Amino acid sequence: MAEPTLTWAGVAPATPEIYLVMALCAVLLVEAFAGEKRRGLADTLTLVVLLVGALVSAVYGHVSERTTLFHGLYVADELGYVLKLAGFLIVAVTLVYSRAYLEQRDILRGEYGVLCLTALLGIFVLVSANNLITVYIGVELLALSVYALIAFDRESGVAAEAAMKYFVLSAIASGALLYGMSIIYGMTGSLDLDVIAARVGAGHASLGVIFGLVFIVVAVAFKLGAVPFHMWLPDVYHGAPTSVTLFISTVPQLAYFSLTFRLLAHGLAGVTAEWTQMLAPLAVLTLIVGNFVAIAQSNLKRMLAYSTIANVGFILLGFIAGTPAGYSAALYYTLVYVLVALGSFGVILLASRRGFEADSLDDYKGLYARDPLLAIVMLALMFSTAGVPPFIGFWAKLRIIQELWVTHHNALVIIAAAASVVGAFYYLRIVKLMYFDAPVTNAPKPAGHFGARVALGLNAAAVLGLGLVPGPLLDLCARILH
Amino acid sequence: MHGLALSILVWLPIGAGVIVLFLGDQRISLARWVALGSAVATFILTLPLIAAFDTSTAAFQFVEHVPWIRRFDAYYALGLDGISLPLVVLTAFVTVPVVIAGWSVIHTRPAQYFAAFLIMEGLMIGVFSSLDALLFYFFWEAMLIPMFLIIGIWGGPRRVYATIKFFLYTFLGSVLMLVALIYLYVKSGHYSIAAFQALPLSLFEQRWIFLAFFAAFAVKVPMWPVHTWLPDAHVEAPTGGSVILAAIMLKMGGYGFLRFSLPITPDASRELDWLIIALSLIAVVYIGFVALVQTDMKKLIAYSSIAHMGFVTLGAFIAYDIVTNTGSLRGAAMGLDGAMVQMISHGLVSGALFLCVGVMYDRLHSRDIAAYGGVINTMPRFAGFMVLFCLANSGLPGTSGFVGEFLVILASFKASFWYALLAGTTLVLGAAYTLWLVKRVIFGPVANEGVASLQDLNGREFLVLAMLALSVLALGVWPAPLLDMMRASIHHLVDQAVATKLPL
Repeated sequence: MAEPTLTWAGVAPATPEIYLVMALCAVLLVEAFAGEKRRGLADTLTLVVLLVGALVSAVYGHVSERTTLFHGLYVADELGYVLKLAGFLIVAVTLVYSRAYLEQRDILRGEYGVLCLTALLGIFVLVSANNLITVYIGVELLALSVYALIAFDRESGVAAEAAMKYFVLSAIASGALLYGMSIIYGMTGSLDLDVIAARVGAGHASLGVIFGLVFIVVAVAFKLGAVPFHMWLPDVYHGAPTSVTLFISTVPQLAYFSLTFRLLAHGLAGVTAEWTQMLAPLAVLTLIVGNFVAIAQSNLKRMLAYSTIANVGFILLGFIAGTPAGYSAALYYTLVYVLVALGSFGVILLASRRGFEADSLDDYKGLYARDPLLAIVMLALMFSTAGVPPFIGFWAKLRIIQELWVTHHNALVIIAAAASVVGAFYYLRIVKLMYFDAPVTNAPKPAGHFGARVALGLNAAAVLGLGLVPGPLLDLCARILH
Repeated sequence: MHGLALSILVWLPIGAGVIVLFLGDQRISLARWVALGSAVATFILTLPLIAAFDTSTAAFQFVEHVPWIRRFDAYYALGLDGISLPLVVLTAFVTVPVVIAGWSVIHTRPAQYFAAFLIMEGLMIGVFSSLDALLFYFFWEAMLIPMFLIIGIWGGPRRVYATIKFFLYTFLGSVLMLVALIYLYVKSGHYSIAAFQALPLSLFEQRWIFLAFFAAFAVKVPMWPVHTWLPDAHVEAPTGGSVILAAIMLKMGGYGFLRFSLPITPDASRELDWLIIALSLIAVVYIGFVALVQTDMKKLIAYSSIAHMGFVTLGAFIAYDIVTNTGSLRGAAMGLDGAMVQMISHGLVSGALFLCVGVMYDRLHSRDIAAYGGVINTMPRFAGFMVLFCLANSGLPGTSGFVGEFLVILASFKASFWYALLAGTTLVLGAAYTLWLVKRVIFGPVANEGVASLQDLNGREFLVLAMLALSVLALGVWPAPLLDMMRASIHHLVDQAVATKLPL
């Protein structure tokens, strides 16, 4: 039943990963020989690698139907295809936004790009995992790269603290994940998610499976940042260099969506009723805590961290619907969230200068007068997250509420609606600071950044354009999780 | 020619707004002319629609129907009937004086000011002409963004408080409406408003949907007790913002009741009509008294707006009692006619009054009634207009204000004598607070040096007020064309409202 020999056809769907590993080694070598004077070289090369990667995976990564490789360790399907393509592009955009910021802080070193690529590799592994071991490898590869990224600025004590915190808490979550997996393995006798899915049939859920499920839910909730497993998230977002915050708030979300989908919605589909019951209180708490605590923040990075938590609540609601349409709503929400988070942290990066971190809310007072482009982009992003049309965030919330109605989660509909009104308040406050208040500093806007500004403009244009014509992306999300 | 007429009305002002935005404050004189040109052009483009409008049918006309989001069966569907056409014309008409009124008095970021109003205009026309609930909601919510900025950037001292309050209030109501709309979609599989109107619903469902709609529309109208955002928003908004708020945005609430609540949840409307009637009468009587004690002119007009909008909701929801009492659909239609005329008339009159206050504010930078007195001595032409609009506001026969109030009071007699009695108090209260305002501000000896130094209207201001004065008088003397335009649609609406949707 398994392929006897290694053939190209047998590994072709894994082209994105194979390409990425090779490119990663190449960048590492170039970095080693480039020397101190050409620090930007590796960064530029990483960007090229990512763009070529997007092209490669667009052309070679596509599979017409779900196939498993390497004895079922690895699955290639349309979900993986789309998420990998998105992963390449999003990491490329984060590098474009981060370049000037890293230069200003003298941390533009080749390892930065390499670590981003290894994290991306972890994400790819996770996205295509069809076996508990592959899942675990992906989670750890991603997490180890992120620890290093968070502590990338050696001089910063806050960053080291954040990395330490993340490392310790994440280790506990990994422990929970492994423990849960081992119990599931013990109960089903397989690590293969397809086999587990077949053996954990509806109605056969033994107490042992549910016991294991609890630990897996905890680990997933930790990775996503759902309350009460969210404690690490604001500290890490705040402590990490902003460029790293940008990275960890965007691409890994794709992987965590996939983690939740592959483990819970696919592998443990037989106990959907059980895990939706576990996720429901988490989602409600996440919405409430995320939105209310965000109001009290005076630091923009922390505020966006809580906003991320609130958004995770919505993503969980999509899973709670427990239907393919619900998962596709969650996927759509994830993609929309990533697009908006990309722009929001991009604005913080571009508003920062050498020796000045633009992360206090006061730094945004009168931003419109100082830098209209950033202010307009931020306006679009904030209204989008608040769920106001014509921006894309509206459709994301609409999809979630729609699926909750379809599945008769009436109370959750009301909670989701109320949470989005509370959320609107702190997004409006940012707009208020930028547009209604007088600037407190009259520092000139930093020169240069041309490429990043163009990218930011395109990012905002996408938020508006996909809001005006939401059909294609909605169809895509529905098709790949039909 | 009519193929794209409505799309042009929606997107021409929005496109012009974006152009004005890009022209920026450096090329402000060009930006102003673009703004005025597009506002005038939009209004002129509504005229052929009036001419071509077939008054004999309740069907939607000038319909555009293009798939928008196939997955949701949502369409980019626009069309007008006798209820939405007058409101579209009103929107296009009122934007012209708003642009002219801001011509030289806005000094901070003028290009954005004009752009915001043009974009608002397009979105508001979109709200009135949407035939698809999703598209309706899209325009309805998108409008909050420019309004939020208008109040927040160009408003008075407490503008930030006012604008956030305005946004959150309306957002809360709208989100509940969205939840109801999505429920209707899940139930019917379409987003078209016509499909919602045809969908059978149990009384239980209707009740909740009615209340969700009520949350959105009552805040927008606004009805007592959710009106508190309005005085704040009005007082702090710049003149143009107040005009648009009073003249158009409040009408969206009334329009929502007519387009959504009555036809989609007729049985719940019948069951809960006492709620709307009670709140409307409280608005008429209680808010009338509140208006009496105001010392700020804008606040006074804002409260007067709430009282007048009480007539709109009253006129719409007395239909059930009339039908029960008299069995006559014509009486119910009269109440709805009154509600519609009242909306158009109030749009013109309150808009004009806010412009009058703006004229005085531009000169003395005070909205306090006590800061004025004897304005007629120094601004005779202005005083003439102000007195005319105040009389229209208190419902003087011969002005548009009379027609709407008269029709509603007449209809409410058929529902209940007590409704009519309470509604009739507006004739006393409305006259009291507006005429007392006139007495204190316009007449009497010159109060202070500020008033003594006032310059009378310039050509621009005269033009704006004259336009509005003519339309107020025209509608008051000869409302027949407006009533004819609405007749078929109102009858259709009455039929829908009294029919039952309960599954048998």
